[in-house]
Amino acid sequence: MSPALELFSQLTVNGIAVGAIYALVAMGIVLIHKATEVLNFAHGDLLVLSAFSAWALIAGAGMPFWLVLPLVAAGVGILAYGMDAVIVRRIAGQPQFAGVMLTIALAFMLRGLVQMVFGTDSQSYDTPWTGGSVRILGVTVADLSLVIMAAVFLIAALLWVFFRKTRLGIAMQAASQNQLAAHLNGVRVKRLNSLVWALAGVTAAVAGIFLAPLTLVDTALWLITLKALAAIVLGGFGSLPGAVLGGILIGLIEQYAGVYLPDGFKDIAAYLVLIAVLILKPNGLMGDAHGRRV
Amino acid sequence: MRFDYHTRYRQGFALLKHPADWVNYGVLLAALLVVPLVSSNYFVGELSYVLILCVASLGLMMLSGFTGQISLGHASFVAIGAYGHAWLLAQGVPFILALPLAALISAGAGLLAGIPAIRVSGLYLAMVTLAFSIVVEQVIGMWRGVTGGFMGMLVETPSIAGISLGSPKVFYYLCLLILVLVLLALANLLRSGIGRAFTGVRDSEAAAYALGIEVKRVKVGAFGLSAGITGLAGALMAHHIGYLTPDAFTLLLSLDLVLMVVIGGMGSLRGAILGAVLISMLPNAVALLKDVLPQSMARQSGLEIFVAGAVLAFFVLFEPTGLNGRWLKIRALLENFPLYRRDTFRRQKAYMKSERNR
Repeated sequence: MSPALELFSQLTVNGIAVGAIYALVAMGIVLIHKATEVLNFAHGDLLVLSAFSAWALIAGAGMPFWLVLPLVAAGVGILAYGMDAVIVRRIAGQPQFAGVMLTIALAFMLRGLVQMVFGTDSQSYDTPWTGGSVRILGVTVADLSLVIMAAVFLIAALLWVFFRKTRLGIAMQAASQNQLAAHLNGVRVKRLNSLVWALAGVTAAVAGIFLAPLTLVDTALWLITLKALAAIVLGGFGSLPGAVLGGILIGLIEQYAGVYLPDGFKDIAAYLVLIAVLILKPNGLMGDAHGRRV
Repeated sequence: MRFDYHTRYRQGFALLKHPADWVNYGVLLAALLVVPLVSSNYFVGELSYVLILCVASLGLMMLSGFTGQISLGHASFVAIGAYGHAWLLAQGVPFILALPLAALISAGAGLLAGIPAIRVSGLYLAMVTLAFSIVVEQVIGMWRGVTGGFMGMLVETPSIAGISLGSPKVFYYLCLLILVLVLLALANLLRSGIGRAFTGVRDSEAAAYALGIEVKRVKVGAFGLSAGITGLAGALMAHHIGYLTPDAFTLLLSLDLVLMVVIGGMGSLRGAILGAVLISMLPNAVALLKDVLPQSMARQSGLEIFVAGAVLAFFVLFEPTGLNGRWLKIRALLENFPLYRRDTFRRQKAYMKSERNR
């Protein structure tokens, strides 16, 4: 394989691995937005919280990875449920801007708490796959990246089945389409919305636990929210398959921009894509077009 | 209790509604003029910073509070104003010219950033402005020739006609002058036709359009004007900081500005000022709080950001009209004292209204 092609395939694999994480975060944000019309800016901080908790349990308490994963996921899920049930639910009916401000406030509080409890230093921990790698068709792939990709696609598939086949999933879809109609049909909309928050919290926890070993456990990880927003916009707002596609595309674009474009473009590529998409094609790749209501 | 009994047509759109207001604001201005004469240089320096933040907050209030366009990236306009001003000064442009030119540069950038507002609104606009500010921060870091990159850039000491403005007390008067000018300009603008067009676009785009308001032009113009005012604040900020680096104008500054506007109360100039004062005092309040808390909690660095978040959450949940709304309620209580009805300001029952299809 020629060096240029090898570089390209290496970048592609890395891009899909990073993009899978973006996709997971993006799915969490889309879930909440579809159900409650709140754009959750605190999602990245739930992710930071789960990364730090996992670090404390693995590196600090010496617990095995397979025990920590469900434990942290459940804990963050319950926290997210509580956040909606106690705080966010109160602003239902107010303009969208109130939701933005409230989730930013929650994000600040979570970030402050994480800094107070775990300190501000960067940390790291090992997973069962840290350090290993395999060669597939001449491209070196870290084991961890493979696991991440598998986990993300598994979660996406599970979510798809959940929303198509289970009563709870269909009730969630109904509530997100028309809350009043769902309520009149006996769906407990409030509890359902909190459950959606819990579900999104679990995806954030999984994303955090898998992302942290790739980079470092750091409060700056919350910035991934912004990358995920770019992914959501690119994929089309409010579409779960779009979020996955957008996440992977953003991951790829970032990797390619880092090598094929001048210095400095890697950090802003995602945001340039976001601006361009919103100006040129606000519905994104897979979003449904709808008219303006007066 | 005060009754509005208009005997002349002009009273309906007077700058200040009651003669007593002229006295109140006059006393406030006089107090602000006297402060530097009786306090330390450090305190005056801090106070000028508050005034600068007031100007920036007014800029954002004009856009978010009066025109209804959300911007989560106003720190970029502060940065553009600051760097533009510092660069112009370094090129030998006199201070008195550099200041309005910096505001113009920032306004130009604002017009550019406002173009997406034609096509998108609400959450999408919030995201565009957020992305814009990150891009601007990165560009400032990379553009070494003009901005000094991540190494930073020294700001020259300002002077007007040979008189140095370097001393904190003189600089304080400059900030106060600019704040008063901006405030007067905005108060007058908002009761003119243009200001009414801004409010019209905020309340109903369709209705504004039907009344012959050029919605697109108003939106982009509002962005430009807001960016210009914020850039003016940035130019003053450059002198306050003295040495510019890109990390002085991060996302956190943008969010601080939004915090000021929301906590102050959307859609009121008084709110912008109150919010800026409260937010700039927050770090000092937290420092006081740390003295009370046990040692182990006080050491941690996350307390400030936690308190900022808690204050914001408190206002969104319990007082959506902000400090200004609370002030109006207290004033009504005092004025009508025995006759005050609790339901006067009671919020109407709100029903879920989808903004999905806007």
